Parts: sequence; C-alpha cells; structure tokens
Amino acid sequence: MNLNYSFLAQHIPKLVDGAWMTIVLSSSSIALGFIIGTLLAVARRSSFPVLRFLTAAYVEIIRNTPLLIQIFLTFFGLSMLGPRLPAALVAVIALTINTAAYSSEIVRAGFDSIKPGQWEAGEALGLSRAQVYWHVALLPAIERVYPSLSSQFVLLMLASSITSQISVEELTGVANYLQATSYRPFETYTVTALIYLALSLALRGVLWLVGRIIFPRQHRLRKAVTA
Amino acid sequence: MNILFNQTYIGFLLNGALWTILLSALAFFFGGFVGGAIALMRISPARWARSMATLYIQLIQGTPLMVILFLIYFGLPALGVNVSPLIAATVSMTIYVSAYLGEIWRGSIQSVPKEQWEAAECLALTRTQRMTQVILPQAVRIATPPTVGFLVQIVKNTSLVSVVGFVELARSAQLINNSTFQPFAVYMIVAVIYFAICFPLSMLSRKLEARTGYAGKKQGLTP
Repeated sequence: MNLNYSFLAQHIPKLVDGAWMTIVLSSSSIALGFIIGTLLAVARRSSFPVLRFLTAAYVEIIRNTPLLIQIFLTFFGLSMLGPRLPAALVAVIALTINTAAYSSEIVRAGFDSIKPGQWEAGEALGLSRAQVYWHVALLPAIERVYPSLSSQFVLLMLASSITSQISVEELTGVANYLQATSYRPFETYTVTALIYLALSLALRGVLWLVGRIIFPRQHRLRKAVTA
Repeated sequence: MNILFNQTYIGFLLNGALWTILLSALAFFFGGFVGGAIALMRISPARWARSMATLYIQLIQGTPLMVILFLIYFGLPALGVNVSPLIAATVSMTIYVSAYLGEIWRGSIQSVPKEQWEAAECLALTRTQRMTQVILPQAVRIATPPTVGFLVQIVKNTSLVSVVGFVELARSAQLINNSTFQPFAVYMIVAVIYFAICFPLSMLSRKLEARTGYAGKKQGLTP
C-alpha cells in the first residue's frame, strides 16, 4: 500500500470548480425549493379539499421515492418534452422538486404550531388571509422549524452528489473523472470526502448566521432566559 | 407503456425489488448493531468514547453516501483489499445507517424522563441494570416511530448502490432500459414499486408517532 496525494495538487482548479458547482446547485435549489415549499405548505392548509389533496399527494410521492429515480425521470422526461437542457439546469429542477416537498412538510409543522389566537387576532384586525400568513404567521412559524430546515438543507447539499449520474460536473463528478484518469481512487475520494465535510460545516455556519440575522428575537429571548 | 405487459421485464424488476428489500434489511441489521453501540458511546461517562462517537457521526453525516460507497468500492481494491459489489454496498450502507440511527437512538435514550434515571439510581441499580431494565425498554418505545421513518430513507438510499453495479431495483431499471430504450416508462414503473415499499412504512411511522405523542418533541416545535 503506497498512498500518493501529490498528484492531486495539479488538479486543484478542477476540484475547486467542482466544489463551486456543488455550491451553485445546492444554494439555488435550496432557495427555490424553500419558496415553493412554503407556498405548498400554505396550499396544504387551504380550504379547498382538491388543493389539499394535490399538495399532499405531491409531498408523499416525492418523499417515498429515491432522489436518483426522480433525477432520471426529470432528465428523461424533460428531454422527451423538448430541446435538450444543460445537465446542471436539469439537476437544479430535480433537486428543487425534491426540496420543495421536504421543506413544505417542515414549514407546515411550523404553521401548525402557531396558536389559534394569533390567527384570530390577525383576522380581528381586518387582515386578509394572505396578510395574516405574511405578517403574522410566516416568520414565527419558520423560526420554530429553522433547525429542522437547516439539517434538511445540509442533507440536500450532500445529496446533490447524485446529480453526477446525469453527468453534472459537480464535486463527485469531478472526483469520478480524476480517479478514472489517475487510477488513484482511494486518494481522490478521501480528499473529496474532506471537501464535502468542509462544505457541510460551512453551510451549517452560514445557516446559523442567517438564522441569527433573520430571527434576532429568539436569540435575545434565550439570552434573557439563561441570564 | 408496453413494458408493463411484458412478463419478463416485470419479473426482472420485481426480482430487483427483492434485492432492494434484502439489502435494506442487511443495512438495518448491521447498521442498527453499530448504531446502538454509537448511541451508547455518545452517552458514556468516558470522555474518549463520547468524543470518538461524536467525531464518527460528524464525519459520516458530513459526507455523501455516494462518496463513501465509491471510497469502499474503488478505493479499497487500490489498497489491495478486494470487495464485491454486495460487500461494498452492505459496508457503506452500514456505515451510513449507523451514524444516523446512532443519533436518533441517542436522542430517544436521553428523552426518557430524568426522574426515571434518578429513581433507578435510588434503587441502587448498577449502571448496566439501570440501562437494560429501566431506560432502554422505555427508550425503545420512543425510538420506534423515528426508526420506522428512517427505514424509508434506507430503502430509498439503497438505490445509490446501483452505480457500482449491484443489481437491485434501480440497476434492474437501467439494464432493462439498455434493451428497450424507454427510460421514462421504465423509471416510472420503478418509482411506483419504490413508492409501494416506502409509503406503507411512512404511514406506519406516522401512526406510531401519533400514538406515542413524541412527534412535537422530535421536531423541536416547543419554543
């Protein structure tokens, strides 16, 4: 057994490109998936039974099938419909479809945890339903489930490695290429694993910071309780 | 959609599904074994055990399953250890499952009310007696809904081992696609089969969760 990591030095630009692609893929599908997921969570609580059923069905179908299969279905489905899209775009669409379902389930739990008095108070002030959601419920609901959302987003970043299977040149895709050309799989994949580890720590840090900025109240409250 | 009416193809897919279930069972069995040890290490009074287990969980939960799989399937042979697709699949799934189950089970053990730990101590039970006779029986009840929920993740993630040539459900789909050139239809059927395995498990997990009433606690909904 002789390990040799030095060959990777010349491939650092490739690895950086791959890591950057992973960051772009995951941040765009996290942002899109979170927005769509929140809208789905509102639809799930709508007074129209059909809308409720459709969103519930969507969430269950996505949550009970593998992401790999969803990515293939998006890839082949879109190519049947029309012109061939770049693989990275297909990846973002598939990852967004997936994240939307998971975040909607988490955000819905957040809405459910808002006390009935809050909804009624909003209504009593003459706010429309949309206004109650936007001004009263949204921020506290997301604040409560923010830890669950954060871990879901980290899981998504790791899962974006699966998009290498539709030839997206993200970190895992680059690693596959490097190991195939260098015949040094062990070294390549240990370094790749370490880069993913750093990325997930960084993402957790960013999400923590964003939480601190968006929800200053919670932080001050906790400080007051412990003081 | 004429694949649906071809008995050979459907039989081949169902055979793949059987391997998916078998691999999930193996992953749950070995992963549960290691995960249980990790959970106990995480709450051990020995500091080295706690930090080892924490490091393990942080490492595995920060790495994609796919990279772990490649590291074992392509990496180990380069070091002189030969691994078959079945071994690579089982080992990498075991590593992945143990890190997540370990964390789930640690949470369940620690959510047994503090009074129970104290009462057991007051009765002069030893550490082992307290664990096996008082805490674990209650922790199992708390752990059951999230564990069943995690089974769904295991079944879905076995699809990744298709990339090292292990012929389970997802790989069977690729093989059929190679001869039929109808990827969308094939993957649709496969998605339905995965759904048929996972959805009942999800429903069961939700039902158990409603019965034990630990759902709110798990998601950290209490402000």
